[in-house]
Amino acid sequence: MVVRPEIEREFETQDLLLNVGPQHPSTHGVFRMVMEIDGELVKDVVPYIGYLHRGAEKLCETMDYRQGIGFMDRTEYLAAFNAELSYVMAVEELAGLEVPDRAQWLRMILCEMNRIASHLMFMGAFGIDVGVFGTPFIYAWREREAIFDLFEEVSGDRMMYAYFRPGGLAWEVPVNFTERVREVLKAVNQGIKDFDGLLTENEVFIARTRGVGAISAADAIDFGMSGPSLRASGVPLDIRRTEPYLKYAEVDFDVVVGQNGDVYDRYLCRLQELRESVRIVEQCLEKLPDGPIMPEKMPRMLRTPPGEVYIRTEAPRGEYGIYLVSEGGNRPYRLKVRSACLSNLQALKHMSVGQYVADAIIVLGSIDIVLSEVDR
Amino acid sequence: MTSELFGADLNPWVDAIVRLLMWVGFMTVVAMGLIYLERKVLARFMARIGPQKTGPMGLLQSVADALKLIGKEDLRPRNADPWTFELGPYLVFIPIFMSFLAIPLVFDWHIRLFELGLLYFVAISSINLVGWVMAGWGSDNRYAMLGALRAVAQGISYELPLVLSLVAVAIFNQTLNLEEMILFQGQTPNILWQPLAFMIFFVAALAEMNRPPFDIPVGESEVVGGPFVEYSGIRWSMFFLGEYTALFIMALLASVVFLGGWAWPLGEELGRWWQVILMTVKTSAFIFLVFWVRASMPRLRIDQLMAFSWKVLLPLTFAQVLVNGLVLAYEWDYWVSRVALGVAGLAGIVLLYAIIDRSVRRPRPRPAPVAQSEAVTA
Repeated sequence: MVVRPEIEREFETQDLLLNVGPQHPSTHGVFRMVMEIDGELVKDVVPYIGYLHRGAEKLCETMDYRQGIGFMDRTEYLAAFNAELSYVMAVEELAGLEVPDRAQWLRMILCEMNRIASHLMFMGAFGIDVGVFGTPFIYAWREREAIFDLFEEVSGDRMMYAYFRPGGLAWEVPVNFTERVREVLKAVNQGIKDFDGLLTENEVFIARTRGVGAISAADAIDFGMSGPSLRASGVPLDIRRTEPYLKYAEVDFDVVVGQNGDVYDRYLCRLQELRESVRIVEQCLEKLPDGPIMPEKMPRMLRTPPGEVYIRTEAPRGEYGIYLVSEGGNRPYRLKVRSACLSNLQALKHMSVGQYVADAIIVLGSIDIVLSEVDR
Repeated sequence: MTSELFGADLNPWVDAIVRLLMWVGFMTVVAMGLIYLERKVLARFMARIGPQKTGPMGLLQSVADALKLIGKEDLRPRNADPWTFELGPYLVFIPIFMSFLAIPLVFDWHIRLFELGLLYFVAISSINLVGWVMAGWGSDNRYAMLGALRAVAQGISYELPLVLSLVAVAIFNQTLNLEEMILFQGQTPNILWQPLAFMIFFVAALAEMNRPPFDIPVGESEVVGGPFVEYSGIRWSMFFLGEYTALFIMALLASVVFLGGWAWPLGEELGRWWQVILMTVKTSAFIFLVFWVRASMPRLRIDQLMAFSWKVLLPLTFAQVLVNGLVLAYEWDYWVSRVALGVAGLAGIVLLYAIIDRSVRRPRPRPAPVAQSEAVTA
């Protein structure tokens, strides 16, 4: 065999750079990434964020505590109740407000329903990412609409609720609230079954998602991931269980954990969490007490003593934390949102390098980012 | 020299032009109808209603779309290669229209009946790949380029199972003439005795037409429409026309080759209108199947697609061709040979399913943690 000498290249070559986004069907908003590809293989991914930066945290510092609630809705528009919850809990912690039991149970119901709505949104968008033309999307939105109708009856708005208040809730829920919730849960149960049939057992779906974009538990922790994306790698970290807030200590639910940390497990974790959320809401409806929804005496103007607090809750996408500093007065001195999506997004490169272009897209979809939460 | 069309004596050139216009007009109407039907059928699958405001039951939606597309500006990117960019659409849709030539619609209704009709069809229907590459290369767009290269890889890989599954049927029927093939199926359609060949033909046809789950070249969530990214207006609609015409023609071919065309089950004596209805029903069933798959299947990845073609479909097709040759070489009794072929085909389908199931349920390796320093910098 003749060993040929290395042929020297006479010119510089570079792998193809493929710009994805900010206007690309599967970037879930205005996310941009530049992929370096060799044929169909991804060799490098450089994400760019910031297209949706509105300075929500800074704006909150110029406003009354109650006005900040609306901005928190808009940081996480797919799970606005969960975002509000962290904020009002932080304010309550600072102001030393005691929240009545009924308000806490209602908050729990609404947050879990919102988790269902958010995960359904993920199911639909992920279905489109893996290439089903739109069936899962519409299926998911059918149940999501029902939930939004319910939220509209409760808060007057479909997405930006501004319904939680420091101390409790803005107003009492409608009289037929429990029946309506049960109705919606029935529809959601059917929707989960539909997804089992449509995606979970679908051979092509399994072939596309199993073993793709895997991340080990240790790496996931190192990247600061949280929520279902972390639990899919096998880390049973759920703030509802590890640091129970509201009344999560009194309800019975399982922390859904995956094994392989790949795209399929992240999908399956969310699907199972839908079932767990339904379980939680059903228990909440059983235990929902009567009573006031606001403390007996609320000050007309909410003022907090100086201090700082960090409150974290389990939002659908992971740990949603609020760091609130007060120097007295009726507005925060500093507000910082710990966004789960931003941390989860850090692992994007780790998960997608070495995969195919199509896989990089579904890896991005499986993290389930909301760009308004990443950029705030 | 004159030729006759609808009883009128015409100059052959005028005659040719009139026939061509009729034919293109017919195909355009068919494509528009298919687009409307696809939207309606997919909408039902997705628990939606579909177009309903334009005309009665939304029937005029396709017309409105077509008018809008014709009225749109025909843009060409500044860096695009003018010739390849402008010629690409023609090379996609002319071969597809030409492949319609050889297909017998109803008894004695056809444009041209070739003795080697099947060969002509498979030869001409793969030329459109050139148009895809031209469109992808000429657009000077990376998505388009990626899509075009995917299209070529996919087209070449699936051409083989498609052709070989048709070859298997041709061996069984001992003819390449499509009309004779229909007459051969007077009593029982080929699909009964060649189920595996039909299965492979269906899968390969989906890939040939770039329909889901093989719509990798145009995958909207990845390459955003592939080679068509830069096209607009009338040129884009030519791609679209080509796509739906190809679907229609492939369905016609499937009903001719596998479902008995106009002959089965009513025979040839019943008159043309029954035959038209028969062909319509068979073609619609095939098209509905394609829509159904589109509504429920995710997209495969390019490497899985290639592996499926070369490692699974192609060996199975070869096996089918060999079995057909074997059974016919021994010249068994009419029914014995047919039943033997049918059983072999069903066994092949079971094998195909087993292979897919096994590859899907393969255990996944657990990801190993990357070293600490590497994880931070990676």
